[in-house]
Amino acid sequence: MKRRLLLLLPLIGFLVLGAFLYMGLSINPFDRDSALMAREFPDFELTTLEDPERVVDASLLEGEVTLVNVWGEWCPTCKQEMPQLLDLAEDGVRLVGVDYKDTREKGREFLAEFGNPFEVNIFDPEGSLGFDLGVYGAPETFLVDRDGIIRYHHTGYIRPEDVSETILPEVEKWR
Amino acid sequence: MALIIRLLLCALLLLPVLGQAAVEVRQFDDPVTEQRYRDLTATLRCPKCENQAIDDSESPIATDMRERVYRQLQDGRSDKEILDFMVSRFGDYVLYNPRLEGRTLLLWGLPAGLVLLGALVVVFMVRARRRTSARDLSAEERQRLEALIKRERTE
Repeated sequence: MKRRLLLLLPLIGFLVLGAFLYMGLSINPFDRDSALMAREFPDFELTTLEDPERVVDASLLEGEVTLVNVWGEWCPTCKQEMPQLLDLAEDGVRLVGVDYKDTREKGREFLAEFGNPFEVNIFDPEGSLGFDLGVYGAPETFLVDRDGIIRYHHTGYIRPEDVSETILPEVEKWR
Repeated sequence: MALIIRLLLCALLLLPVLGQAAVEVRQFDDPVTEQRYRDLTATLRCPKCENQAIDDSESPIATDMRERVYRQLQDGRSDKEILDFMVSRFGDYVLYNPRLEGRTLLLWGLPAGLVLLGALVVVFMVRARRRTSARDLSAEERQRLEALIKRERTE
């Protein structure tokens, strides 16, 4: 009898493996955590979109919990996301934009057309800050605490329900 | 007709070769650095495109990453420094060859472990089989055998 049960071992092994691989099918590969989680916001020295003379660095993000949103005029999803960001700004969240791989002109047009929830926009035409942030597409959103540490990361589109379900609770948590 | 089909098939076979020639041309001072560039860009995974190395992806982020690899090689950085640079920004995800460390021990150890286990099972099975076939008859079995033989003879 025992020997018979032993014969079932390969079948059991196969079922376990099958279940494991099946679960893998429903994992969203873009859900992975940012490598910068719990680390300092990378150093940068860039001008703002609003004022080509004004140079800002990472100290811009210290002192208050800030949501940093990476966007670009060329990015259609960023346009869809703007109403959610405007809602967040209305709720009193401090937002800073990173205009990623864009031209100043196009960036300004974008804000004029879709609204500007950002206190200030960091102008990153080469994508150098984006690269240091590990951004591989836009939009991407980072939550930075008052000490300039990255605490939360959202890849891709922020759906209207994400605002109340995840973003606002995260902001509250780090305030 | 058959010739035309054959020629078309040959052309189809060439397609993947042609498709790969899309990425930019780089200048290297020496062939060693060029080989390192090829190896590094083949082992770094594009974070956007799920299952492509950065050396055959046309995604903007893959282009940026190739540019960084190239620049850092020109600056004389080591392979490890370049890989660390990428991992600190994009995570372990970009390594096609995961590093051997605590968290990846299972990943690296499991295949070797399974092969070892399989070998052990085979060894034990062979031994067990050999033992049963080469074993001497017990006293009881010998008696029974003799009884059977005798019965045959007397009948």
